[in-house]
Amino acid sequence: MNAALANATPADPFILKVDGITVDFDGFKAIDNFSMTLERGQLRVLIGPNGAGKSTLCDTIIGRVRAASGHVWLNGEDITALPEFEIVRRGICRKFQTPGVLPSLTVRDNLALAARRDRRWWTGFGHAVDATERVRVDEILAAIGLEDRATTLAGLLAHGEKQWLEIGMVVATGAELLLLDEPTAGMGPNETSRTAKLIKSLLGKHAVLVIDHDMKFVEELGGKVTVMHQGKFLKQGTVEQIRNDPDVAAVYLGRSEREEA
Amino acid sequence: MPKYLSQLWIVALVLAVAAPWLISSYELSLLGRFLAMAILAIGLVLLWGEAGILSLGQGVFFGLGGYAIAMHMKLVSLPEGELPDFMMWSGLDALPWWWVPFANPVFALVAVVALPAIVGALFSWLVFRRRIVGTYFSLITQALALCFATLLVSKQDVTGGFNGLTDFKTLFGQDLASPGAPIALYFVTLGFVVLAFLGARWLIGSRYGILLRATRDGENRVRFLGYNTTPYKVVAFAIAAALAGLGGALFTLHAGVISPALVGVVPSIEMIVWVAVGGRYSLWGAVAGALIVNFAKDEISSALPEAWLYVLGAVFILVVTLLPRGIAGLVRDLAGRRALVATKPQEVQK
Amino acid sequence: MMDLPLLVGQVFNGFSVASLFILATLGLALSFGLMRVINMAHGEMLMLGGYLAYLTFLLVPGPLAILIALPVAFLGAAALGAVLEVTVIHRLASRPLDTLLATWGVSLILQQAARSIFGAIGVSVTAPGWLNHTISIATGPLAGLTLPATRIFIMVVAVAVLLALGLFITKSRIGLLVRAVNQDRMMAAASGIDVRRVDLVVFSLGTGIAGLAGVVLALLGPVTPSVGQSYIVPAFLVVVLGGLGSMVGTTVAALILGMVSALSQIFLDVSTSQVLVLLFVIVFLQFRPQGVIAVRSRALED
Repeated sequence: MNAALANATPADPFILKVDGITVDFDGFKAIDNFSMTLERGQLRVLIGPNGAGKSTLCDTIIGRVRAASGHVWLNGEDITALPEFEIVRRGICRKFQTPGVLPSLTVRDNLALAARRDRRWWTGFGHAVDATERVRVDEILAAIGLEDRATTLAGLLAHGEKQWLEIGMVVATGAELLLLDEPTAGMGPNETSRTAKLIKSLLGKHAVLVIDHDMKFVEELGGKVTVMHQGKFLKQGTVEQIRNDPDVAAVYLGRSEREEA
Repeated sequence: MPKYLSQLWIVALVLAVAAPWLISSYELSLLGRFLAMAILAIGLVLLWGEAGILSLGQGVFFGLGGYAIAMHMKLVSLPEGELPDFMMWSGLDALPWWWVPFANPVFALVAVVALPAIVGALFSWLVFRRRIVGTYFSLITQALALCFATLLVSKQDVTGGFNGLTDFKTLFGQDLASPGAPIALYFVTLGFVVLAFLGARWLIGSRYGILLRATRDGENRVRFLGYNTTPYKVVAFAIAAALAGLGGALFTLHAGVISPALVGVVPSIEMIVWVAVGGRYSLWGAVAGALIVNFAKDEISSALPEAWLYVLGAVFILVVTLLPRGIAGLVRDLAGRRALVATKPQEVQK
Repeated sequence: MMDLPLLVGQVFNGFSVASLFILATLGLALSFGLMRVINMAHGEMLMLGGYLAYLTFLLVPGPLAILIALPVAFLGAAALGAVLEVTVIHRLASRPLDTLLATWGVSLILQQAARSIFGAIGVSVTAPGWLNHTISIATGPLAGLTLPATRIFIMVVAVAVLLALGLFITKSRIGLLVRAVNQDRMMAAASGIDVRRVDLVVFSLGTGIAGLAGVVLALLGPVTPSVGQSYIVPAFLVVVLGGLGSMVGTTVAALILGMVSALSQIFLDVSTSQVLVLLFVIVFLQFRPQGVIAVRSRALED
């Protein structure tokens, strides 16, 4: 499989290939020889019980956690060993589980920081904001419904608004691949379905990998589902197939039934 | 903030300009000295307030600036071919090589800011690149201050030892003892305070300032937006070091002396008190803090020498626990409470 | 120029310096691992231990005064630590940098208080006769080597404290709670552990150990109001080098820095050797930013 990956061409439909990743935390294998691929502009939902290694997988893709073995390929380039900011500059951005907005910056400044294309430090001085970046920020403000909160400090936003702001920031980076870790955590049903719509509107332009527990939300999103269990790949399929899969049900120990009820 | 408060700076500036005719020459020399320290405090707002980096070693950079200008003055006051007195007492027969360039006034002037900036950049880069932050970083800066001060004391033959460098006569051909010198020096210092203030305000409002605050709030988030945060922090550290050096040089001119006792662990942390009292997020607060704390120190330690350390310790505990945004924060809250009634809520201005 | 007795003597010195570092640092490292705060007044706990030893020696003269002084200093410093925890440290929880500053204020006040009570000039403790020996070697390849008994005593105290603390953490019920809070504060609190109590116990235990270090210091030289200050910065470097939340890391770091310090003093004067120790720490962190041993990485603070 390695050789085939290395020879990837631009025509390659996959934006992301995770190839045999193993992550070892002092002898505990948080991820155990896990592989998956994701096509450009597509949606993938990653589910699995607590401790299945979903967040660790995200951490590994963006370089926060380093794999003991295996590789991550982005658009045919091996990004396994790059520093985090280089990985982001190659086109991956991640939303964290707890909202990672910057509390003492305004909503607009949060987005402007994310939208900036030129992230080399020596160009970081000065006051001027690039016109196209400003337009981009305005678009995103509209998309996440925070136009009238633009000058509010992000720390003063409600929890759901913070989540949207962070999704907006991730989008604003222009990354081709977005990793959204529990984007609906702490949201009510209305907010959740708004979030699902928001994510669906991103597809095509961005490939999106979503981690979530909430099966209703996963259903609303549609798209292919990958199931992880104990750091390993378990199943992959449509929401319907996964829902009816006996192995998946066994892994969740009846949890999915309880959630359906 | 209400209008009358935001216009107060005009009053402050007018008073500062008129000061030489308002207060005694002794008070003026103190004021000049403390304004030199305020330049360092301005750097700390950028480093500590904006970037959230607590340096317990600013004395090192203050000292580098002070010693740079002091070495120059020491050299130009010597008759041709002679060595500074302390070198002769220690039996040295030649000027150490690293003293030689300081005879050049341009080199010495550049060194006042460049030396601390370079040392600061190099040191902070080594530590920040390995992502050593927070308490760890503060402890390492304190060790730096300790090393610097003990080296100065122990290498007495080339540094002047415990007594430091003193007894300066001229600067750039000007007689330091002339009657006009203190006033000229005062205005030079005031000018640098204003420049440093405006420069820092510009930086804090710029994209760079936004990025520093962002890094303080969530360095990981910023990193995962594709920024390499290390150089931003190194730049903040270097700028603060350069301002400390400038303050140190001006202080040395006012005080006529620079010595290890002014740059070690205790003075370094005292510099933090100025800014803590004034307000770490506020430029004018830091300037006010430097002046208030130092005037208070002067008053109390001459009246009740025993009491000063008790007061200083208590001020530290109280300000940090009860008033983390310092006097500036208190003023803003008091003024803001009245203003909030009139204006729309939640327009919190940083 | 490298004569053997000198080298062995310095290695011995290194161990005794390291023992002092261990005693001075363990308390800092314990509470840093648990609460992520550094107590800048930790040096004054050493000072307090020293003065308490001095007072004990005044009240109970005799060869066994030192054995009374140790528990007295431990309890005295632990009590002061408890007061400090409740009044200052606890109030500043989750503001580690502000804790540095506030405890530094405490340190200033304690130093000045000592100056007011005992005077600026140090007080001395005469080591009991049985500690006044020096083992000197007169013949053989190590001829000329002298090993003062006080320094051996320091090592014994350090090893005893390490063993006792190790047993306490691994075997006692409180030790179990400490490990639980160390691992996951939120989970521990959620499962009904009184996290506040654990913090308080560990913090005063840590300052108590510093009190013991103070007694040992009193045997080496005069106790002055600023005696703690001369040991505290190296102790901070030991914490930085040692890594988070590990007694073993702290001990190894203390040994490394003690050796670097003692061995470099064969060639260098004290102040240059101090610079060398700092450089060593910075260079070491280039390769192991997480310190000697770290339970969790500190590279990614959240």
